[in-house]
Amino acid sequence: MPNFEHIDIDIALEAKKRQEDLAAMSAGLDALETSSKQKGSRSKALLKAFAPLAAVAIVLALWQLAIVLKLQPDYILPSPAQVFASLVDQFNQGLLVPSAINSLRRGVQGFAISLLIAVPVGLALGLNPTLRAIARPLLTGLQQLPSVAWVPAAIIWFGLSDATIFAVVLLGAVPSIANGLISGIDQIPPIYLRAGKVLGAKGFKNIYHIVIPGAWPGFLGGLEQGWAFAWRSLMAAELIAVAPSLGPGLGLMLDTGRQLGDMSLVLGSIITIMIVGVLIERLVFSPIRQRTLRNRGLIGR
Amino acid sequence: MSESYSGSTAVEPILKIRNLTKRYAPNAPVILDEFNLDLKPGEFVALVGASGCGKSTLLNILTGLEEPTSGTIETSHEASLMFQEHALLPWLTAGENVELALKLSDAPEAKALNADGREARAQELLELVHLPTAFDLRPHELSGGMRQRVAIARALAQGRKILLMDEPFAALDAITRDLLHDELIRIWDETGLAVIFVTHNVREAVRLAQRVILMSSKPGRIIREWNIKYAQPRRIDSSDIAQAAAVITDELRKEIRRHA
Repeated sequence: MPNFEHIDIDIALEAKKRQEDLAAMSAGLDALETSSKQKGSRSKALLKAFAPLAAVAIVLALWQLAIVLKLQPDYILPSPAQVFASLVDQFNQGLLVPSAINSLRRGVQGFAISLLIAVPVGLALGLNPTLRAIARPLLTGLQQLPSVAWVPAAIIWFGLSDATIFAVVLLGAVPSIANGLISGIDQIPPIYLRAGKVLGAKGFKNIYHIVIPGAWPGFLGGLEQGWAFAWRSLMAAELIAVAPSLGPGLGLMLDTGRQLGDMSLVLGSIITIMIVGVLIERLVFSPIRQRTLRNRGLIGR
Repeated sequence: MSESYSGSTAVEPILKIRNLTKRYAPNAPVILDEFNLDLKPGEFVALVGASGCGKSTLLNILTGLEEPTSGTIETSHEASLMFQEHALLPWLTAGENVELALKLSDAPEAKALNADGREARAQELLELVHLPTAFDLRPHELSGGMRQRVAIARALAQGRKILLMDEPFAALDAITRDLLHDELIRIWDETGLAVIFVTHNVREAVRLAQRVILMSSKPGRIIREWNIKYAQPRRIDSSDIAQAAAVITDELRKEIRRHA
């Protein structure tokens, strides 16, 4: 007779126990199924960081060997030490750093303007099949055309000004970036677009929350290529459009070397141009790419 | 277990589907043929059928991903949809996936939240699906069962009263699936959602649902429905469930043989 309450409490307890059991079951299974990740070994990371230096060392060694064997006179093939000395000389004259900085500034500015143009174009063509059918061949044509080909036209249109250089940089970078974004959009797995739709992402929200992050891996490839094209186009433009009004630049430094017949300066300039390109890739794009791949579980480590 | 063709009508349905028909072109085969369903608030209905019964088409129509050819859907509530693949966005963490659903939701409760509120609510929902420490993990760091639970949390974040589930556990191993059945029933019980659960697995349907609807294939039509009256939580390996499932499986096989 006085047992009703007891029975009630027992049922509640049982239910609570079952709930706790369920929580523990879930936690247990989760722990079993997610293996703790092993970090890559330290020696592997060191190898990765220093392996590129091995290539540099080999090239320098072969170059020095050619010098020791006196294969060519030094006005044709100067030694690494002579090239280095020439760069030091440029540095002491206060030319090396301003040249590099001015070129880099133009490259970055040109790349930024390219982005402003290429992103809307890429989105429009990526999302609208009609626009794409009309404009994609043109874009691909522009991408195939070496942008140096535009230098003479740009000089006629804009004279020897920064505008000429930017025009050439833009024509080099915009098609690559826009095309990269379009391929990125094409490669978004349909399930993400469906998920976005089901969650209620429409219009601008869909572009911001789903399309751009979904297209990001392909888009990033386009950005890297766009930067490479921007940098090359810039060097070509600086090399051809030479005027005091344009200020210093690595392309100008290279042209000066050619005019003086100073092979050390020519090689020094080429190496500097390469180093700047590599540094941008290593310090800007590579970390972003690594992060993207790691976040999305695309590198198995 | 009792057979019936209409449920009791004491409560006003939350969703009324009337004569829903779908074909992809005027002369194309009928995918879904005169489909009718009343879903009551908090009801758990399972749809079972072989391939080609139009289950996925039905869910797509209900979530507005596709248009019906004819028929009507009467409801004042939108539905959340959960897929077989987890469909979590890989560029977001588990918590951010849930937060995004809150951000995009048109439910007033979700709209009233600021960024901190959304984060707190997302954490709450992850705790509800028994993932209290998963907020900062990326989808690829989670197991299949954990991903589906995050997907449940994300669907719940939309703040809707109807949850559509398209074979959500089909790709999971048996142990995980059993556990997710328990978890789903617990969550259903705690949230009072109305659920339409689509599956190929008759036992799963009987394990979970109050009502199991069997559909024919090509065209997709309702053949019969059963009320499953055993109390929850049920066990998928109990003899009651097995016997109930056997009755439905026999009907399903009859329907499949018809296509031979």
